[in-house]
Amino acid sequence: MAMDELYRDYILDHYKSPRNFGELDPHDLQWHDHNPLCGDELGVHVRVEGGRIAELRFHGQGCAISQASASIASEELVGMEVDDVARLSADWVTDLLGIDISPTRRKCALLSLKVMRGATSGDASWPESQSV
Amino acid sequence: MMGSPTLTGASIEVRADFPVLERTGRDGRPIAYLDSAATSQKPSAVIEAMSSYFRHSNANIHRGVYQLAEEATELYEGARRRVAGFCGSDATGTIFTANATAAINLVALSYGREHVGPGDEVLITHMEHHSNIVPWQLLCEDRGARLRYLSVSDEGTLSLEELDSVLAEGRVKLVAVAHISNVLGTLNPVGEIVARARAAGAATLVDGSQAVPQLPVSVSEVDADFYVWTGHKALGPTGIGVLHGRRSLLESMRPAIGGGGMIGHVGLDRSTWAEPPAKFEAGTPPIAEAVGLAAAIDYLAAIGMERVRAHERELTAHALERLPAVPGITVYGPRDPEGRGGVISFAIEGLHPHDVAELCDREGVCVRAGHHCAQPLMRLLGVGATARASFHVYNTHEEVDRLVEALVKARSVFGL
Repeated sequence: MAMDELYRDYILDHYKSPRNFGELDPHDLQWHDHNPLCGDELGVHVRVEGGRIAELRFHGQGCAISQASASIASEELVGMEVDDVARLSADWVTDLLGIDISPTRRKCALLSLKVMRGATSGDASWPESQSV
Repeated sequence: MMGSPTLTGASIEVRADFPVLERTGRDGRPIAYLDSAATSQKPSAVIEAMSSYFRHSNANIHRGVYQLAEEATELYEGARRRVAGFCGSDATGTIFTANATAAINLVALSYGREHVGPGDEVLITHMEHHSNIVPWQLLCEDRGARLRYLSVSDEGTLSLEELDSVLAEGRVKLVAVAHISNVLGTLNPVGEIVARARAAGAATLVDGSQAVPQLPVSVSEVDADFYVWTGHKALGPTGIGVLHGRRSLLESMRPAIGGGGMIGHVGLDRSTWAEPPAKFEAGTPPIAEAVGLAAAIDYLAAIGMERVRAHERELTAHALERLPAVPGITVYGPRDPEGRGGVISFAIEGLHPHDVAELCDREGVCVRAGHHCAQPLMRLLGVGATARASFHVYNTHEEVDRLVEALVKARSVFGL
């Protein structure tokens, strides 16, 4: 199998075996959103302990990029201060993914952070890049 | 001068008429453009007609007494007559709008507001494009009416029995339905639907956006009160749509949008209206676009819509035969190419449609992925999105084969 510049092994691994996926009950925070371009949906349940993310679970359906982005981000988000999530920019996710994202797939990559920012701060806007 | 375009069986000789098809995709080969249900490519005849209009005849229409304005007016009104003739309609009942969406909204805002009231029902189907859903939601919300949906079978078809039973309840004031589904490709029995709705006292609107580009359509035979379509899917430019309306209704309808060109006399407090079609064309209309659309339908007419339909059917049959060779594929819509147009939606197990489209693009194959502006249908199919291939006169069997190869390759990238 040829190495693909977008669908790298670790992206496909996270897509096929997403970490921290499912439901979490009880949970302290939750959010649900979708990508209006394609209808993909993503929700999150978060359990908070002492102001930090103790546990989280994403759920929904989406393409390899959106699912891998949620899976990879979930591993970084556990242990993070809840208040710090609102300060994460689009670059945080794209750097984590480590692949070049074309403009048409950008929202796929950003949906997981959008949902997390919604859950932690009620901010429903799309994350923006800091390096304009 | 362009020669007459010809379609000889499966091998098509019109490709050279479409300049964009010469460009290459990411793999260096000419693109296989399989997204004509979203928008068709444009033949040189359309590009030249619009360019020539701007170079030689551009002026605002109506009321100008100089030669240029006279020419532009004749080009615009001539386009209306040709478009009406092409669809078996009459020019006075043929209104140019911005697109099919604008045409449906015009009917909802003008006819709908006057004839749909509290407790009434508007009946659409579960396979409509958002453009034939949302205007009716807005109307029903405004008027305290109820929006109802006819279901879609597993084979992607509507049930006339269900239609009859809903109509028999006696509250339906308007029925709106797609002639061909932009997702399933289903060719709906619109003549039959219109006749039954009329017998029950309901007005009818047919969305022919996917039908006029690929079928011989006679608006007078379908006999709906309103028949709408859009130019850019029929080899014409963006920015122009068509509403064919029943004359008697157009005459009594109050215009939804006011402005220049649609008036008889303007007083300080109130005005009188021009006769249809001008009554519904406020503001400077899409003149160059009408010229381009007329060139597009002349081009289609020169091929012959029967042959366009035969070509679509042949490509669709070929695709329906080849696609099941892709492991894990589900193809949606009717199995019989007779009962459908050249639009095929599919899903591949383990591969999201977005990834399918991205990987097809690597092979120069242009397909669409997403909800296709039909979210209620997606929910009915139990999917978030599908991938979709759609055809027009310039597509070939080889391009369908390239799609199948690209899908097989996509699976291997995902280790499937």
